[in-house]
Amino acid sequence: MAASDVKLLGARPSPFVNRVQFALNLKSIDHEFIPQNLAEKSELLLKSNPVHKKVPVLIHGDQPISESLVIVQYIDEVWSGPPSLLPSDPYDRATARFWAAYIDEKWFPLVRDLRNATDEQSKAAAVEKLFEGLKLLEDAFVNSSNGKGFFGGEKLGYLDIVLGCYLGWVRAGEIFTGLKILDETKTPALVGWAERFASHKAVDGVIPEPEELVNLIKMFQARAAAAAADASTK
Amino acid sequence: MDGEVILLDAYASMFGMRLRIALAEKGVKYEYREENLPKKSPFLFQMNPIHKKVPVLIHNGKPICESLIALQYIDEVWHDKNPLLPSDPYKRAQARLWADFVDQKVHILGRKIWSAKGEEQEAAKKEFIEALKVLEGELGEKPYFGGEEFGYVDVALIPFYSWFHAYETCGNFKIGTQCPKFVAWAKRCMQRESVSKSLADPEKVYDFVLILKKHFGVE
Repeated sequence: MAASDVKLLGARPSPFVNRVQFALNLKSIDHEFIPQNLAEKSELLLKSNPVHKKVPVLIHGDQPISESLVIVQYIDEVWSGPPSLLPSDPYDRATARFWAAYIDEKWFPLVRDLRNATDEQSKAAAVEKLFEGLKLLEDAFVNSSNGKGFFGGEKLGYLDIVLGCYLGWVRAGEIFTGLKILDETKTPALVGWAERFASHKAVDGVIPEPEELVNLIKMFQARAAAAAADASTK
Repeated sequence: MDGEVILLDAYASMFGMRLRIALAEKGVKYEYREENLPKKSPFLFQMNPIHKKVPVLIHNGKPICESLIALQYIDEVWHDKNPLLPSDPYKRAQARLWADFVDQKVHILGRKIWSAKGEEQEAAKKEFIEALKVLEGELGEKPYFGGEEFGYVDVALIPFYSWFHAYETCGNFKIGTQCPKFVAWAKRCMQRESVSKSLADPEKVYDFVLILKKHFGVE
């Protein structure tokens, strides 16, 4: 299939976009990446995702698909040859979907809370909550990997890319706060997994360097502070 | 064979209703166990330790939590009868997106209608109607969201119809007059036995909402 048949509307620092890039790379799908300016959304983005107006959007032929988890499942179903991303057993699939929802809805917002924490006390409280979540994910990893290197077993699978896309922001959060989030004394299996994930060739070069993300955090915080100062002086 | 199927549920739960409908559509025999919400049993905590919520589908002793995940599980395991998700990957993606829209918009806004007051409640009422109109647009002239056949999005959405009376009473407004196409679709779904037998009585849903309001300290 020609590269122009598959387009990905995205923004490099978005972990949701990175997730789709991993899936496309794992399946060796030629595609065109069309970077989006999220501050000024393009006609194409607004037309392709009128309901949520967000990236990522995969455009296959002329059909747009949005929401990263939906896109990854779509990719797995259309390009159904190996490697399979979702497990084949229905119960294992339900388990993978459960943890994906947990990671997106419960766990990653805690990383954002950490980024927004301004004093030492709220930073420590945020890290504590993150660790509780990571303990659950450590158990999920042990159960899912069956002694192998990835959530998907010997190969990268759905949960690997669902969690792995956040590793850049996790590292940026550690640099920014000076606190460890992925700690080998607390979640050794996940630390090992993170190293294997980051060095996989389908992942290489996709996630921006942590330093770039740290700069983005500083920029967001400066903007938020300016907006707050602005509002309080009106 | 079906194996042992237990549904841990609560009568008024719109999420539980989704699974009741799906199991009925597939002709699966199961044991229904009622949780006395807002009190939660030790069994519920054991089956759903992370979210501690109903419904939980328990198949041969293994729990599946989160209604849309359990809905897909039911569709995959009992795939030969009344398939809910379409077979075309693009249509499946669209179905998943719209079910997600129901969870993010209809459910969350509906909850605000009965639990919020003043401006917050007014805003929720307005956005709720807007969300229903978006869904009406997506339905178009089709009999069901699934097209000619009753499907995944229909199952995900129809339980909320049993909550309309509670929303209307708490919010002091009428939904049907503003969204007649939605109501026509809902009545069509209610003609299916799987739906009419699974949906809670709207008066009992309202009684449940009053219990919730008391429990959460909402006037």
